[in-house]
Amino acid sequence: MTATTAPPAKPAQPGSSAATRIVSHIFKARETGILIALLAVIVVATAVNPNFLFSSDGFRDLLLTPSLLLLVAVGQAIVIITRNVDLSVGSVLGLTAYLTGRLFIDIPGIPVIAVFLAGIAFGAILGLINGALVAFARVPALVITLGTLYIYRGINVAWTGSDRINASDLPAAFRGLGTGQILFIPILTIIAVIVLVMAAWVLRNLRSGREFYAIGSDPDAAHLYGLRVTRRILTAFVLSGALAGLSGVLYAARYGTVSSGAGTGLELQAIGAAVIGGVAISGGVGTVWGAAIGAYLLLTINRALPIVGIQDFWQRAVVGALIIGAIVLDRVLALRQHRKLIEAREDVR
Amino acid sequence: MTVEQTTTTPAPPALELAKVVKSFGAVVALRSGTITLEQGSIHALIGENGAGKSTLVKIIAGLYRRDAGTFRLRGEEVDFHSTAQSKAAGIAVIYQEPTLFPDLSVTENIFMGRQPTNRFGRIDRKAMRTEAEEIFARLGVSIDPDRITDGLSIADQQIIEIAKAISLDARVLIMDEPTAALSGVEVERLFAVARSLRDEGRALMFISHRFDEVFALCDTVTVMRDGSYIATEPIAETSVDELVRQMVGRDVAELFPKLPAEIGDDVLVVEGLTRPGVFHDISFTVRAGEIVGLAGLVGAGRSEVARAIFGVDPYSSGSVRVSGTALPKGNPNAAMTRGLALVPEDRRKQGLVLDESVSRNITLAIRSTLTKGGLLTDRAQNTAAAVWASRLEVKTAALDAETGTLSGGNQQKVVLGKWLATEPTVLIVDEPTRGIDVGTKSEVHRLLSVLAQQGIAILMISSELPEVLGMADRVLVMREGSLTGEFPRSEATPEAVMFAATADKEDAK
Repeated sequence: MTATTAPPAKPAQPGSSAATRIVSHIFKARETGILIALLAVIVVATAVNPNFLFSSDGFRDLLLTPSLLLLVAVGQAIVIITRNVDLSVGSVLGLTAYLTGRLFIDIPGIPVIAVFLAGIAFGAILGLINGALVAFARVPALVITLGTLYIYRGINVAWTGSDRINASDLPAAFRGLGTGQILFIPILTIIAVIVLVMAAWVLRNLRSGREFYAIGSDPDAAHLYGLRVTRRILTAFVLSGALAGLSGVLYAARYGTVSSGAGTGLELQAIGAAVIGGVAISGGVGTVWGAAIGAYLLLTINRALPIVGIQDFWQRAVVGALIIGAIVLDRVLALRQHRKLIEAREDVR
Repeated sequence: MTVEQTTTTPAPPALELAKVVKSFGAVVALRSGTITLEQGSIHALIGENGAGKSTLVKIIAGLYRRDAGTFRLRGEEVDFHSTAQSKAAGIAVIYQEPTLFPDLSVTENIFMGRQPTNRFGRIDRKAMRTEAEEIFARLGVSIDPDRITDGLSIADQQIIEIAKAISLDARVLIMDEPTAALSGVEVERLFAVARSLRDEGRALMFISHRFDEVFALCDTVTVMRDGSYIATEPIAETSVDELVRQMVGRDVAELFPKLPAEIGDDVLVVEGLTRPGVFHDISFTVRAGEIVGLAGLVGAGRSEVARAIFGVDPYSSGSVRVSGTALPKGNPNAAMTRGLALVPEDRRKQGLVLDESVSRNITLAIRSTLTKGGLLTDRAQNTAAAVWASRLEVKTAALDAETGTLSGGNQQKVVLGKWLATEPTVLIVDEPTRGIDVGTKSEVHRLLSVLAQQGIAILMISSELPEVLGMADRVLVMREGSLTGEFPRSEATPEAVMFAATADKEDAK
């Protein structure tokens, strides 16, 4: 079977140069597969309708639509890497988006930057509440954040009522952030990518970042190692909340209208994006790059399917199949790797 | 002149515990933990399961806080609230089952939480990797520092734990039964590493149940029993017999009350049982009234054989016969109807429903016979359970108490009761006294003896050599999936059994 393919890379290759190691690393990376899938979707949709990519609107939408989800998915990925989950991000986004509108209405002339900081801080506080309940009360995150999903949304509905924020309530400079571009690249996308790069750098290069992985990989071992597990879990939830808060502000900028239902269902998309991107739901594995590409794949498929002529009903099924497929793929790969590692051990004996 | 003498005061001991007490609720786990580790020494800590060794280790590691007593490091009093503090004080603990992060690389596992960083806080991966390679070179082992730790053997995982300790420059190294799952070669490698660490002036504590290892490696030995300190002696001035006496505190005969039983015909006949990669060509018989001990190291495949016989696990070839009739493969129900019973190793996970009542647990395997007209009444269950609870002297507040609230020994009796209620002809017990205190242990032993006397064929898997030697009429030994020895009671010496369990095939020839 495998005779035609290259021999499997041995775990130890002392002779291989850094360059070949990097190349093989890229080939083996879980993110590469998902990136290829994304490119395939874009190519097929463009082949059917060239406007999908080669019109100014098409190109802009391709980059812009997933940007908000990307931000939320990055936060979600960090939480999932610690073997937790944050179901409240959609509600946090909704609440922050409404807060953004209210700030502009109630404090005329408030600087845009102040609104951004307020939104991020507000999201971080909501995340802190999640994190504190999870880390100190030691209740599974699934339950806690399911609770805060409804609580935050309930507060939002009570606060908003039948009111809504309209585009005319927001200053033009602020709205420009949601729709503007720099050299054909939407500002929203630039913000999302900057956050992504920062998060990826932290997760890879800082002790705190690596400890997120350690905690998710084996919480008991993390405790025995003397890692500050409580503080890290708290941090992960604060980050997730802050990023959801940032997306809330950007949501207001992008869409102009904010009702009490803003961001509903976003949490499941964010989890889906992370899982599709190779973040293991059981923690310890995956990157924010994967989650970001997952976000792009998820929403790009949503836009591509009608173009390819697939009915609305089937679109959701395709997304579902994608998530299950990603999990099954990860499971198969993990089992294969585990078996290979054990076989390698027996060979040495 | 005597000036010299005043300047060379002896170095304070690396670690000193005196009369340390720890209790959990009403249970006193440690009555008086006392041990002194000198620098440049390997100190053995021995004692039976439940003697308080693990509690002592956990206090040193900062997992538990002591209730009373003194704890000094290099002469200074310390009190750890967390593992991080103990680690920072230069103490490293290597547990029997290493706790590593399976998804992370070997290098990251060694340095997690204190990776070398540059002044911006960025982890210096190159420096980290180089240091890992240096440590491995120093230890004389070859482990790829870039691979993830998932799939590493227990021996390699322990080496990573030791590498961790070295990178921390730990002055005190505690190894809690590190050799339990290692092969002979791996034990030698570990010992070589331990000796070189000792020669660097570190203090090592070595916990083991194997006397040959204690005598080969250590220079001092401390014995504990029932949570108390018994004695500390230089290894050269003691003997196995003396240590056993100190550990057990009574004669072995008293601890293993073997009753004479009439041995009948073959009841369980296993022939050529094979499951590739797990066990190979296993053949043996157990006769009515006979207790056959199945000894060997953890991981030798003993439990797997038991599970295959009972039909929980598959096997590829061979046969199992009970009282002359062949058992179908992979069918525990058929095994039960033919009179086979298996008391599994992990009673909490495989043997009991902890949230359910004692009586429901005892009657779990005989539910169908208690059911009348499709109904299973509490009364029927309680009546049936009461018989066994009183025969086994299960200590419980009530038969409808949750099983999880019982002590380990009593839980084990409930599991035994569950299977005895099926009136088996063959009873397979896997580690029947693991984690049970000494008193209850001998009760379980007495019980097994009585059952054999009543004509039940018993196959007893045990990693505790005294238990096997004390209880069994015949001892089978497994090593790496094969039967490597069979000894009648008269010839089953600790040396012979341990040799069969550990020696390499080449050596055995």
